[in-house]
Amino acid sequence: MITVERLSKTYGSFRAVDDVSFACRPGSVTGFLGPNGAGKTTTMRIIAGLTPATSGTATIGGHHYHDVPNPGTQIGILLDASAQHAGRTGREVLTLGALAMGLPSRRVDEMLERVSLAPDESRRRIRNYSLGMRQRLGIAHALLGDPRILILDEPANGLDPAGIHWMRGLLRDYADQGGTVLLSSHLLHEVEVIADELLVIGQGRIVARGTKAELLRNAGTFVKALDQGALQRALREAGIEAVTSGDAGLRTEASPADVGRAAAAAGVALEELRAADGAGLEEMFLQLTADTQREERAAAEPVLEGVPA
Amino acid sequence: MSYPGMNALTIAPPAPPVPVDTAAPPVPMTRLVRVELRKLVDTRAGFWLVVSMGLIAAVITGAMLVFADAEDLSYATFFGMMNIPTGVLLPVLAILLVTSEWSQRTGLVTFTLEPRRSRVITAKLLTSLVAAAGAILVSFVLGAVGTVLAGLLRDGGGSWNLSATEVGYASMGQLIALLQGFGFGMLIMSSAAAIVLIFALPSAWAIVGSVVPWLHDHVQPWADLQFALGPYQGGGGVDGSSWAHLGSAVAIWVVLPLAGGLWRLLRSEIK
Repeated sequence: MITVERLSKTYGSFRAVDDVSFACRPGSVTGFLGPNGAGKTTTMRIIAGLTPATSGTATIGGHHYHDVPNPGTQIGILLDASAQHAGRTGREVLTLGALAMGLPSRRVDEMLERVSLAPDESRRRIRNYSLGMRQRLGIAHALLGDPRILILDEPANGLDPAGIHWMRGLLRDYADQGGTVLLSSHLLHEVEVIADELLVIGQGRIVARGTKAELLRNAGTFVKALDQGALQRALREAGIEAVTSGDAGLRTEASPADVGRAAAAAGVALEELRAADGAGLEEMFLQLTADTQREERAAAEPVLEGVPA
Repeated sequence: MSYPGMNALTIAPPAPPVPVDTAAPPVPMTRLVRVELRKLVDTRAGFWLVVSMGLIAAVITGAMLVFADAEDLSYATFFGMMNIPTGVLLPVLAILLVTSEWSQRTGLVTFTLEPRRSRVITAKLLTSLVAAAGAILVSFVLGAVGTVLAGLLRDGGGSWNLSATEVGYASMGQLIALLQGFGFGMLIMSSAAAIVLIFALPSAWAIVGSVVPWLHDHVQPWADLQFALGPYQGGGGVDGSSWAHLGSAVAIWVVLPLAGGLWRLLRSEIK
């Protein structure tokens, strides 16, 4: 159980985390979703006691991280897979962890096997690891002490599709056995398939939360007509705001029934009318976090990658 | 109808979900020190730094045997000469022990496995003391080897006079250099900057002192660590003012960086 209550962190006049509250329950995977710089990592670092909070509290099972003895055996943490000494081998990193936690060295081999790092790979120095291998090593390190709680920052970053599939299974099993998982991502499609619950954060604030189904319920309607112009006019006359979406269709906040009625009243033949799906969620995510996106301030590469259409 | 214990069963609260066990045994200091000792030598850079301390001492022994005057080849000179490279490398080792957590960002893991930072720092300090003790031991052993060889190979060499005072002063010098490195590492938190500053700052200060006579006469004796350590090297005369000068210089160059570094490290954000 991870409980965050009214957590804020300011750097000068910049509010990195702004009055954030949430709880992660045992047996569930909570996805912490937001663009880069939205405050996910800062929140996780505060939970792990690496960054002091300006106000508010973050506790694990009712305790501050500092008060948890031998925390590696109770809370598995991966904050940055690349934050390892480049000159150590993967096996050495796990051996140091096992030594600190007081675990037998066979745990190292078990974990290497669990994350599919081959023996020869484990003896390579980390500077020669791909990002995906570093993530696997980081996940192995988080699982090393057999903790009941996992906190993973961007664990899917750098994993190939097969790796993401593997991690999904691993975290699902872990949660099904009663474990608590908090994982973050800036890519919606990475977390929506893994997480039971989503927390969407933008500009330091939680802007939406709930299960994927709950979030979708508010995601609106996708509608497509043979004559797009006529449909747009019909919706405008009915007072329904709509934006162009994906496959030459329109997306709107209104319910499918309202959209259908408006189209029927104007005599517009519809090709497609349905509740917005994952693409809708993606658009909602973009919209909710639009203010925080960096490319609006400085043209950069897109922070968000779309769900494949 | 009731059964014994039934009541207790029905009113017992459900087990708290995923409890965090605060009664679990903490990570003992011995384990933290073992981890730090291992980290000292498990990378190429660390391994060669440690090995080079031994190698340089061996090279010095060889060079002295060949080039030094026979009457200078005593246990005391061997021991004293070996303390020179050690005195340079030990502070570097202490600096790297601290700063690598930042420069290599391993601090993220180190300080989540033991969130009480003062314990990690204590473990690192103990580790560097173990390394210093090892270095002094190497000086003893190689010094003895050198002295035996000098007696065999060089006529008139091989005197075994080495006083406890000399050993004590040499060890004190090593400890001061080590703690200074440790303090600079914590305060500066960057390997390169800390290593440059620990050598450049005292040199710059010594040059300034030698140029400005008033500073040289009134400030430098109290505020220049090498200057203050001078009387303790080579077994010269040490009196009360030597100790006062040393105390003052150590306060400035060792205690202040240690205190400031500790203050910074305990409060800083670990990224």
